Amino acid sequence: MLNIRGLNTRYGQIHALKGIDMRIEKGEIVTLIGSNGAGKSTLLNTISGIVPASGGEILFQGENITNMAPHFIVKRGISMSPEGREVFPALTVAQNLRLGAYSKKAKDLDGSYERVYTLFPRLKERLPQAAGTLSGGEQQMLAIGRALMADPVLLLLDEPSLGLAPNLVLLIFDLIQSINDQGVTILLIEQNANAALSVAHRAYVLETGNITLDGPAEELSQNDAVRRAYLGGK
Amino acid sequence: MFFQYVFNGIAVGMAYALVAVGYSLVFGILRLINFSHGAVYAFGAHVVLLFIGLRYPIWIGILVSIFLTGILGVLIDKFALAPLRKKKSLPIASLITTIGVSYIIQNLLMIFFGSERKSFPNFFDMGGLNLANVPVTSSQLFLFVISLLLLLVLTLIVKKTRIGLAMQAVEQNTKAAHLMGINVNFVITFTFFLGGASAAIAGALMAGYYQLVYPTMGFLVGLKAFAAAILGGIGILYGSVVGGLVVGLSESLASGYIGGTYRDAAAFVILIIILIIKPTGLFGKKGISKV
Ligand SMILES: Nc1ncnc2c1ncn2[C@@H]1O[C@H](COP(=O)(O)OP(=O)(O)OP(=O)(O)O)[C@@H](O)[C@H]1O
Ligand SMILES: [Mg+2]
Repeated sequence: MLNIRGLNTRYGQIHALKGIDMRIEKGEIVTLIGSNGAGKSTLLNTISGIVPASGGEILFQGENITNMAPHFIVKRGISMSPEGREVFPALTVAQNLRLGAYSKKAKDLDGSYERVYTLFPRLKERLPQAAGTLSGGEQQMLAIGRALMADPVLLLLDEPSLGLAPNLVLLIFDLIQSINDQGVTILLIEQNANAALSVAHRAYVLETGNITLDGPAEELSQNDAVRRAYLGGK
Repeated sequence: MFFQYVFNGIAVGMAYALVAVGYSLVFGILRLINFSHGAVYAFGAHVVLLFIGLRYPIWIGILVSIFLTGILGVLIDKFALAPLRKKKSLPIASLITTIGVSYIIQNLLMIFFGSERKSFPNFFDMGGLNLANVPVTSSQLFLFVISLLLLLVLTLIVKKTRIGLAMQAVEQNTKAAHLMGINVNFVITFTFFLGGASAAIAGALMAGYYQLVYPTMGFLVGLKAFAAAILGGIGILYGSVVGGLVVGLSESLASGYIGGTYRDAAAFVILIIILIIKPTGLFGKKGISKV
């Protein structure tokens, strides 16, 4: 479904991605782990077209989407819930959700709203509230719900559990599982590598712009180097 | 006399508001003060003048002008501002560019129309009205009502339409707007078109009200409308309306009671006082910065 080959991204002098190869199959949850500054967000931002690639290519369902305008990429079926939520603070929850499906007609959205309300009943109760006044956890739900509104084929989640209380973290991982059960392919970035590896099918390890390891999630969670670096093991 | 000054001030103030929303809309989206806006307003009035000269009915001239002036707004963005954004140049570069564009437009108007003051028909003057002895003229009423209607239409576009929702999204978080599948460049284009179109209408109305058209006519009006936008809190549409009224009333009362010489200074004295008391303008929010 998604095939990334030799992807490079630079911010001026900073070479953030140095030739990434990665593939995601339909129906998978793939997780990307790596320490702060490794380039995880950069990879997601490059896939969604927010940040330009300086080399390599990204193929989505056989089509080359490298450096396509972000709104075309969303239309192709890739949605992202960005790091730090990035909801529209002065707009209501309802408006934020509507924007998630911006490229769709209002009359075709009943099913999308229904799905989001089923996953996040809390959002339905808060439709008229300004998104900026939601709690952190609620904003995170909104960011994910908003990304789902576009009815994506591939969902990119950048640290969905960041800053949440432990019980909410569990809830978010449950929800990621149910979204995947509905047939949505997911690329997940997480600081919480333990939880990410337990929910994912496969995993990639990113270190300063390079993929250093990849394989089935279970295998990686047994790997000594991974345990030392990311799972707090010995 | 007092009521005459007040009605004049309100009518002209609403026209300022119409120009002010042009500053506000563009500022909302790009965090940029578009100083070419006053010249765009003058351009709008000249297009109408051109069509009057060709003996078309005035409403045709106004419709064409709305369209062409909207396009001018778009072209300014596409050719002068968008390339700077793409290069991620400093905000000050865009600001200087808009000042430069403003002089280019003014000079082109001088070349094609001459720099002298030309008379313009007051196409909406139906004489004085006698409403319970209130000395309001039909011109003032017309200027007020049309401006008010247009401001309502602009507000409805921003608050109630799909593209308006996209404008608000771009204003609050451009990156997230991209992620929603919004074509941000189109939203910027649309915003410049709206600004140009409303400046054209304001230009035609003010040209009719004062019965005068000249290439630099947008300079002071542009500054005052900018003051109105700042006064109300830039980026906030109803703020621009209140700001426009404050500027219109203060200059009308100042020229009535203190003397015409002080007319233009009055608006800016009020601006300075209000900004000292409330730096973000009357309705402004704190911490406006691009996310
Ligand atoms: N807009 C930018 N301009 C310049 N450098 C950037 C920019 N964004 C990221 N970087 C740099 O690129 C590198 C990768 O950053 P990135 O945000 O992708 O890391 P990350 O893996 O998501 O980290 P974290 O876990 O902290 O979110 C870092 O060195 C960062 O400083
Ligand atoms: Mg990150």
